[in-house]
Parts: sequence; C-alpha cells; structure tokens
Amino acid sequence: MSERIGSSRAARALNAAWLRPVLFLVMIVVAWDLSIRIFHIPAYQVPSPLDVVVVLWQSWPELLSQTWPTTYATVGGFLLSVVFGVPIAMLIAGSRTVESYVYPLLVFSQSIPKVAIAPLFVVWFGFGLLPKVISAFLLGFFPVVVSAVQGFKSVDPDMVDLARAMQGNRLQVFLAVNLPHALPAIFSGLKVSVTLAVVGAVVGEFVGSNSGIGYVLQRSIGTFDLPTMFAALVILALLGVVLFWIVDRIERLVIPWHASQRDNLIIAA
Amino acid sequence: MKGGPALSIAANNGAGARDSHLRVVSEAPAHTSGIRLSGVSKTYRSRDGDVPSLRPLDFQINDGEFFVVVGPSGCGKSTLLKMISGLLPPSTGEILVDGEKVTKPHGNAGIVFQNALLLPWRTVLSNVMLPIDMKRLPRAEYLPRAKKLLEMVGLAGFENKLPWQLSGGMQQRASICRALVHDPKIMMMDEPFGALDAMTRERMNYELRRIQRETGKTILLITHSIPEAVFLADRVLVMTERPGSIAAIYDVPLGHDRSLDVMTSPAFADLVQRIRKHFFTQGALD
Repeated sequence: MSERIGSSRAARALNAAWLRPVLFLVMIVVAWDLSIRIFHIPAYQVPSPLDVVVVLWQSWPELLSQTWPTTYATVGGFLLSVVFGVPIAMLIAGSRTVESYVYPLLVFSQSIPKVAIAPLFVVWFGFGLLPKVISAFLLGFFPVVVSAVQGFKSVDPDMVDLARAMQGNRLQVFLAVNLPHALPAIFSGLKVSVTLAVVGAVVGEFVGSNSGIGYVLQRSIGTFDLPTMFAALVILALLGVVLFWIVDRIERLVIPWHASQRDNLIIAA
Repeated sequence: MKGGPALSIAANNGAGARDSHLRVVSEAPAHTSGIRLSGVSKTYRSRDGDVPSLRPLDFQINDGEFFVVVGPSGCGKSTLLKMISGLLPPSTGEILVDGEKVTKPHGNAGIVFQNALLLPWRTVLSNVMLPIDMKRLPRAEYLPRAKKLLEMVGLAGFENKLPWQLSGGMQQRASICRALVHDPKIMMMDEPFGALDAMTRERMNYELRRIQRETGKTILLITHSIPEAVFLADRVLVMTERPGSIAAIYDVPLGHDRSLDVMTSPAFADLVQRIRKHFFTQGALD
C-alpha cells in the first residue's frame, strides 16, 4: 500500500517538466566522463566534467562579471530585432510593393555570413558594446521578420472584411484582428531569435572585444585552457535557456487563448 | 416568446436618435426604403483580361423581408454580398440603402460567413460586441442587448467561454448575434450553415426563421441548397451560372409561421421543383 503511494509519488515527480531534461543532462555528463576514462582521452583534448565544475566554482566571480556584457549585448540585440523586425514584417505583409522590393533583399542579406562581416563593425563602431549589439541584432532579426510575416499573412481575409464592414478604420482592424492573430507566430520567431541573439553577441565578442563570455572563450582557446572554455560554454547555454524561458513566460501571459497554451487554461478553469 | 418585445425595446434604446431617423426614411415612398440595386454589375480585372462576375442586376429587397439568393457555385453570390456591404465597389450601376448610395462600408449591415470567424482570443460576449468596438459606440448601452441576443439564440451562460469551447452550431449562433448587435438594417449571410452537419443545419434554419420573426430584420441569405432557400425565404432569387444574372425571382407562398413540416407540403415541393428546373436546363446540377 505505502509502496504504491511511494511509486505514484515518484511517477508524479518524474512528470515535472524540468526534471526530464535534467535527467537527460545527467546521463550525458556521465557518458562524457565515462568515455574520457574508457578511451583515455587526454585532458588537453577534452576536459573531464569535474575539471569544468572546478573552474566554474573557482572562477565564478570572474565568469559572472563577464556574463553581464554578453547578456546586455544579447538582450539589446534581441530588443532591436523586435523593434525593427515586427514593423518591417507588418509593412511586408501589408503591401505587395514593399514585399517585392524588400523581401528578396532581406533573404539575400541573410546569406552573408555574419562572422565574416563582424570585423567591419569593429572598424565602424570600435570595441565597445555597440558592435556586439549589432551583431546580435543581425542574427536575431531575420527569424522575427519571417515568422511575423507569416503570422500577419495568415489572417483570414473574411475576418478582416467583417471588421471593415463594421466601419473599423485600418488601425482598429489591425489592433483587433491582425495583430492578435499574428502573435503566436511572432512569439515562435522570438524564441528562435533570442537564442540566435546569444550566438550573435558571442560572434561580436570573438572579433573585437575585451569583455564578455565570447572574449573568455577566445582567450581560453589561445592558452589551451580547455576547462575554462567548457565552463564558458556551459554559461552560454544557461544564458540561452534563461532568456528562452523568459520569452516563453511572456508568451503564456500574452496569448493564453492559443491552442499551444490550452492545457494550462483548462487547469486554470 | 419573452425575448421578442424586450429585444426590440433594447434595440430602440441602444440605437437612439440614429434609429428614429431611419424610421422616418423607411416611411417614405417605397423606392427609397429597403435595398435597391440598379444595373449593378461586377467585372474583375486580371492579367488575362477582364473576368465578368456579375451581369447587370436589378432588384429590390424590402424592409423586413427574408430574401434568399440561390445559385450554383462561382456565380458571384459572395461578390454581391460584399458590394451591398460596401466592401467592394460595383463596376457599373448603383446600390441604394434607404435611398443612400453605397460608396464605402456603411456599417448598416451585419455579415455572417460560412465559418463563424470568431476571434479566438475574445470571449463569446466580447466577440458579439466586436461591431460596437469597431463602430466606437458606447459599450455600456449595447452590453444588455448583446446578452439578450445570446439568450435568444440559446447561448445564455456561455458569455465568458472562449470560441473553441463551443460546438460549430453554437459558434455560428454567436456570429449571428455579432451580426445583429449593432441593430443593422440588414443581416447578410453567406452560406451560413454550409459547414454544419445536416441535422444541426435543419435546426439552425428553423431557428433563423424564428430569429427573423422576433427581430423583424431584413435578411439576405445566400445558399446552394434549394430546399433551404424555399424554407427560409419570403422571396427567392435564382441566379444563373457565371457570369451571374437573375434567372427568376419567386414569391414563397408558405406564410410567415413555418414549422419544418412545411417541407412536406405540395406547395413547397412544387416550388423546389420549379427552381431546380432552372439548374437542370443550365446543366449546372447533375
């Protein structure tokens, strides 16, 4: 009897959303450690998990202070992607002319590797925060535009007609129909964008910066300090996860009505 | 029928001075009231040249009439609806609503499409109130009317549900309330029950006649179904294939109070047969 209750409690704990990825992560770390031991991989090629944890523990204050510049650059670039991406998507979806002029060029510009042009930003904007922000913006921008265009375009034209027939002006119809309809698509773009913005910020730090996790990465590669490098990677991954989670929370607040959020709603009701 | 008189009182309160103005106009000679189309045609321009959608049409929909347009698909029925609501300008001719020429959306029409098209982020009540928001009318004044309408269509208690929590038939009822909430002159319905199953459809037809009787609204309904057209209509307009034109207009001599039993009467069968012949001779229905 008590055993059954115990097992059902364990099953419930296993159902917690955060537990499964953590379990999986533990399995990966164990596999990592085991393969180093079994295949005798030297520490200068792949550090052991323990070495990484030790570095994380010992140089935590330094790593934390380097995390902030990267976070600022990422968030700044991400916000710029939203501020520019959504209105541009509105224009593209709203006008055939704008679409025919802008969209192909936008796609074309995306084919240029950002890493290749990142040094240019250093030439133009120096070594401060700005080139990193721009680099993060350039990577985060495109997914926002693409998904928002798709969101704005998938509005049922009959629904727009309905609102127009009730004498709604363009702005009213947009706010009442088009924008809320596009929000789920916009948010899926934002989630992709925020993780890419992290990459963009690190690329910016690679090419010209003396602060940030990207800088730590580059320095540790230069000195073959692999544990530090892996610690930096762990921090970057955590940063991405946290930012993604924040966007996900905001999405739940903004579009609780959407099909992807419905199970929460039933629980709430 | 408690809903009937109470509803019309609410309508008068809600629309106020604007409505009394309409009443005066509707007492004027017959040619300035109702909805009048004279020489209205529509030709779409495309890259391959002009595509005629509607040949010039002349007809009148009287106030309080249940007017049904029946025709094969692609005969320009939906174009007709969009032109009357002012969403689409006619290529030739003019449309008069109460003697005033339609040039832009006039907000004096409520529209019901085949899909209920409720906004998924708004509650049922809030969806019904959409025209009030769009027209910037005072919300507080129309809220009781919206609730009355929901009660009339049997959706009392569902005001705060979200659309996906309702069945297809219930959603379509809500969209009928939305089309009526601002007390428009005419309710236009584009194959409103086409997406519903046959049994729900029959019930909705019966309900719709009741709603029309209770509200006294002018209704323009578009359908493929000949029995549906005859059951609902005071007058039926039969359209030809594309480019659409008027094949005939029939008065339906079945009286105002109709139960579903009317469908078995000889007069009903006779009219259905006569309308069907139009399509047989055209070869539109096999």
